[in-house]
Amino acid sequence: MAETTYLEAIRQALFEEMERDPNVFMLGEDIGAYGGAFKVTDGLLERFGEQRVIDTPISEAAIVGAAAGAAHMGLRPVCEMQFIDFISCAYDMLTNYVATARYRAFLPCPLVVRGPSGGYVRGGPFHSQNPEAAFLHTPGLKIVYPATASDAKGLLKSAIRDEDPVLFFEHKYLYRRIKEELPDGDHLVPIGKARLAREGTSLSIITYAATVWKALEAAEQLEEEDGLSVEVLDLRSLQPMDDEAIFATVKKTNRVMIVHEDTRTGGVAGEVTARITENVFEWLDAPILRVTAADVPLPYSPPLEDFVLPQTSDIVTVARRLAAW
Amino acid sequence: MAARASTRVRATSRSASADLRRPSALLSREQKLELYYYMRLTRSLEERLVNLYRQTKVVGGLFRSLGQEADAVGSAYALDRTRGDFLSPLIRNLGSMLVQGAKPVEIIRQYMAKGDSPTRGRELNIHFGDTVRGFVGQISHLGDMVPVMTGITLSFKMRGEPRVGLVYVGDGATSTGAFHEGINFAAVQRCPMVVIVENNGYAYSTPLSRQTAAPELRDKAMAYGVPGEQADGNDVLATYDVTRRAVDRARRGEGVTLIELITYRRKGHAEHDNQSYVPDGEIQRWETENDPLDRYVALLSAEGVAATELARIDERIRTEIDAATDEAEASPMPEPEDALRGVYADPASAEPLWYRRGVSSAVDGHERPASWGTFNG
Repeated sequence: MAETTYLEAIRQALFEEMERDPNVFMLGEDIGAYGGAFKVTDGLLERFGEQRVIDTPISEAAIVGAAAGAAHMGLRPVCEMQFIDFISCAYDMLTNYVATARYRAFLPCPLVVRGPSGGYVRGGPFHSQNPEAAFLHTPGLKIVYPATASDAKGLLKSAIRDEDPVLFFEHKYLYRRIKEELPDGDHLVPIGKARLAREGTSLSIITYAATVWKALEAAEQLEEEDGLSVEVLDLRSLQPMDDEAIFATVKKTNRVMIVHEDTRTGGVAGEVTARITENVFEWLDAPILRVTAADVPLPYSPPLEDFVLPQTSDIVTVARRLAAW
Repeated sequence: MAARASTRVRATSRSASADLRRPSALLSREQKLELYYYMRLTRSLEERLVNLYRQTKVVGGLFRSLGQEADAVGSAYALDRTRGDFLSPLIRNLGSMLVQGAKPVEIIRQYMAKGDSPTRGRELNIHFGDTVRGFVGQISHLGDMVPVMTGITLSFKMRGEPRVGLVYVGDGATSTGAFHEGINFAAVQRCPMVVIVENNGYAYSTPLSRQTAAPELRDKAMAYGVPGEQADGNDVLATYDVTRRAVDRARRGEGVTLIELITYRRKGHAEHDNQSYVPDGEIQRWETENDPLDRYVALLSAEGVAATELARIDERIRTEIDAATDEAEASPMPEPEDALRGVYADPASAEPLWYRRGVSSAVDGHERPASWGTFNG
């Protein structure tokens, strides 16, 4: 069976959900005739027509606001942010309007906002962002960030069917680098469940998105060079977060590090750390350590970007420190 | 600002009730009395809320629409409730919600933060909605409801439903990005939408001259390629006429209309606001010369409606508001734990924080390793 890329898996999910449910429609910038900046929506306009694949003005607030209005009326909009960096233009609409709609007004607001995220692509400060932490702080939004093609497809299909608003972050570095055989049929991955990407007993790396692959690389190296057995937990879903899976790996290895590509201060790693210390502190044999981006806007030039973003070698360094504690 | 009066209004404000081309010429006597009922109900209900506010029974601020009742009622009345038309009110459009079927008891419960209020005590004042009756609850971020109404009316268009959506903004909200993005997108999509810019002269304390350099707010329509209309917002039939024409256009598939309704905010932003920034005499002039209820009563009486008939409506309103007040006062406050429910469809409720569950530590109940915290060597 042929292998499918992460990008193609996302497109398959969009096609399948639009075929399945006539209430699903898409709106975004250059998604129709052009097929999207990364061609994720290529072919959707031809298949579903311009009523259901809407090229919008450059208006992220209107894209999300209109999606909310349509969602109240029973439609299932999927919004594309051309680059996820531009989601900040819809921050008000997402955090004040969409996230509160069910709570304050009992308005259903089942919509998805998706878009290419993340760095390692020389995109500079405005085409490389990871905005998940900014939204993790807002009750009412769900957040997923898959690392594999299979999860990208299965989580997007689940997100479109979910009754709550879901932010679906796609890592653009993975778009064409990750390929795998996808499960047959109507492949759904539940939101809120982590995935054990690698089993181990010496220490645990909790991570998500592109750094899952860097953690796996580091784990191989640590096994070969140090004889360490490294467990890698791919969170996949940040809100809701799979506390059970996090606590289970803590209890198993008693040594935990958290790796993410986003900047350090106020990031997801801090939240995971707090959950662990509040709930399973007694199971720790070492402090929880973080590998993250440095707290700077992401620079463009390769030596600068590589220096700022977490690399496999950073994970190896920190894992050795953790193991030796 | 004081010079801005209804005489400057260019559109349909000239007293031309004999003009049979006006949509309001087709209103029956009963319908005209219904307009009076909703305007008077708006004013009397707000007066009751002021009493409750002074008795400290209102939780938080109180927002008045004194002097603006005609623009809310006349415009909302132009929608067709039998076809499922929709509106999104602004803070001074209580009248429009009453027209769509909001009940006085709901309003009073909202202001008193009661557990059986339409938002179960989660949101304030008239921030609530009902998709069945066709109004959607606003948020405080001005302009945001324009893109939301774009989406609601986009759904009407996509499904081929002959429904229309109306969204209210104030003069201040026309300065927001959301207003611009929303009306522009709706115009491109030819959504069946009417945008009413309620120009009452002030956004909190900021006069229109500090809000925009545009001579008139209706001129903004030109930039979106949609018709821009203007009417005397204190003439209930004029607001009905101008809105009805826009609603009919929208229903015919001809897209968005922007309407500027000229009115005046006679009270402060909220009850606490002493309006020290308003030039002397301005409020009094609007009160004595241009009160929308006084004007409409004069018109009705010229059309032969007896004062006693209006007095009977006033009496009915008083009875309704009394009953609603009693009912709302007897309503329970919300159960605190209800605060955790319904953020998401799934999970249906958040867990109470551990220190609200009567346990002594977050790790109570967690299985602990035998060795931790003890010296076993």
